[in-house]
Amino acid sequence: MTSVRTRRERSRTTIDDYLLSEHQLEEMYYYMLLARRLNERMLALNRQGRAPFVIAGAGQEAAQVGAAMALDRGVDYLAPYYRDLGMNLVLGMTAREAMLNLLAKRDDPASHGRQMPSHWGHAERRIVTQSSVVATQLLHATGIGLAAKMRKDPIVVLTCCGEGSTSKGDFHEALNFAAIHRLPVIFYVQNNGYAISESTKKQMPVEHVADRARGYGMRGAVVDGMDGVAVYQTVKPAVDQARRGGGPFLIEAKCYRLWPHSSDDDDTRYRPRKELEEWTRKDPLTTFRARVEEDGIFPREDLDEIEQRVEQEVREAAQWAMMQPDPAPEDALGHVYREA
Amino acid sequence: MATMTVIEAIRGALDELMGEDDRVFLIGEDVEAGGVFRATEGLMAKHEGRVIDSPLAESSIIGIAIGAAHYGLRPVAEIQFADFIHAGFDQLCSEASRWCYRTKGESSLPMVVRAPWGGGVHGGQHHSQSIEAYYAHMPGIKVVAPSFPADYRSLLRASVEDPNPVLFLEHKRTYRLVKQEVDGAPAETKIGRSRIAREGDDLTIYAYGLMLHESLAAANTLASEGIECKVVDLLTLNPLDRETILEAARATGKVLIVHEDTLTGGLGGEIAALIGEHAFEHLDAPVRRLAAPDVPAMPFHHAMEDFFMPDREKIAAAARELAAY
Repeated sequence: MTSVRTRRERSRTTIDDYLLSEHQLEEMYYYMLLARRLNERMLALNRQGRAPFVIAGAGQEAAQVGAAMALDRGVDYLAPYYRDLGMNLVLGMTAREAMLNLLAKRDDPASHGRQMPSHWGHAERRIVTQSSVVATQLLHATGIGLAAKMRKDPIVVLTCCGEGSTSKGDFHEALNFAAIHRLPVIFYVQNNGYAISESTKKQMPVEHVADRARGYGMRGAVVDGMDGVAVYQTVKPAVDQARRGGGPFLIEAKCYRLWPHSSDDDDTRYRPRKELEEWTRKDPLTTFRARVEEDGIFPREDLDEIEQRVEQEVREAAQWAMMQPDPAPEDALGHVYREA
Repeated sequence: MATMTVIEAIRGALDELMGEDDRVFLIGEDVEAGGVFRATEGLMAKHEGRVIDSPLAESSIIGIAIGAAHYGLRPVAEIQFADFIHAGFDQLCSEASRWCYRTKGESSLPMVVRAPWGGGVHGGQHHSQSIEAYYAHMPGIKVVAPSFPADYRSLLRASVEDPNPVLFLEHKRTYRLVKQEVDGAPAETKIGRSRIAREGDDLTIYAYGLMLHESLAAANTLASEGIECKVVDLLTLNPLDRETILEAARATGKVLIVHEDTLTGGLGGEIAALIGEHAFEHLDAPVRRLAAPDVPAMPFHHAMEDFFMPDREKIAAAARELAAY
């Protein structure tokens, strides 16, 4: 009893430092873990020959979940990129839906099997459909922001890309326009160190993508993307300000792609093992768990309980999704145009 | 009845549409000041906050229109010269054209991209292009290319009201050249329908934009020689009005397809293939195409420009030859 009380007292004193409630912290851990376990199961299904392709966000869960939690769910828009499984889960896409997407099932909410996996989209959850072409979605987010501003709707658009996308012209065009019109758009760059095999040194001569914010006349920030709490603490005020008419933000989350680019990639050809080992020690899941345990936010049993719940959810989702119907061959036709 | 130019028809339609529906807005380069062709003149003052100047960045004009349309507005984007639209090719090809398909109809984009195209204005290689073939090859985007003011007016309305992306091509040479009596009642032209612009039994000429007017002029000349040409105003280039195209081919047995776009891979090839596949038994002569030569783009000097572009004389010569076959 004594030890429990002590732990609770400690939690009351340290929880303020997080600027997140106990419930939010639990939610953060749950979604980060769910994203990782889903990605692990997806890769297992790929290796078993059940899923043709996996592109994952392992290592970027804190960057994704912390940022998505800053949004008003069901109100704000997300224009994601392909690694954003964690973002989608926070906004309400279920584990079952993620598995439908992986397996290109008929009821996949993103594209009903018409696109590769992890090309997200969920009309009901205000997640904007995306293609494989990088950075195009930044302009869509800007257009949504413009429309919302014209209609005086107090919404915010969060749009994501990797640092690789920041080399594209659409990145420049989107930031420039959003800044001119002070649109409620958060440009969120998950700098995971690599564009497939190209390290950031080959992509840009500057250290921080966010340094470019000044050139666009917008505010910028760099945040430790391996720390979900820091991410939330950075993104939330930006979202709040954008909603109040403060204009766009460029936020760069420094994180790391713990896995190869995709299930078809062999990263040993280009990535030093030592570097990978160093970053693995900063894995956002293990560091988060260690921190909240140490600070006494949650007892170990609670965290174990979350782990078990997630394992169960992922197993069930995969089994359920495999039983779901595939698209019919002739589903290749139709919906080229919407009828008036 | 009022006489109206093409540019007046377009401006009037935009004004009406913006007055009727506050979701309609304009975005493009110089549109606040009225645009380089004055298509949006006066609209800024009349529809406050709904005429938006964009920076000189075509991908952003189209990409932002996509986002705004996804949100539920009805953007009408202007590309200053169709020649510059290719910077936004990716946004049209990889995004706009697939939006409805890739969401299986859960989302669609009610957006219009207006683009002045075509030559005969001493615009050289980058202010004269015919771009339609690239974009008519994209299922998911409708491509409209009217010829007469009344059709500009009604098809612009139909394009804005359409729940899908429409590329609305305006032949810049005809902006002030072509006039027509336009009455107050909304015209009935529908996207996807072609029209018989002139009746005739000896052969059919298919054309659009400036070439439609040149074809009509050629048909008048030929009529005095006893050759009666049916002229089809294609109006929509994707999806093509197969029924009208084939019916005309079957009725006359001889066909001439005219465009100022270059020959290879131009729209004439698609129309010729359609006729070859579905009206072969009705043909009395090989399908004939008259198009610009296969050089990269329209040259600047007026003598070379004239040489490059088909015109009423070249059309009449080709039709005469075909009639004699």
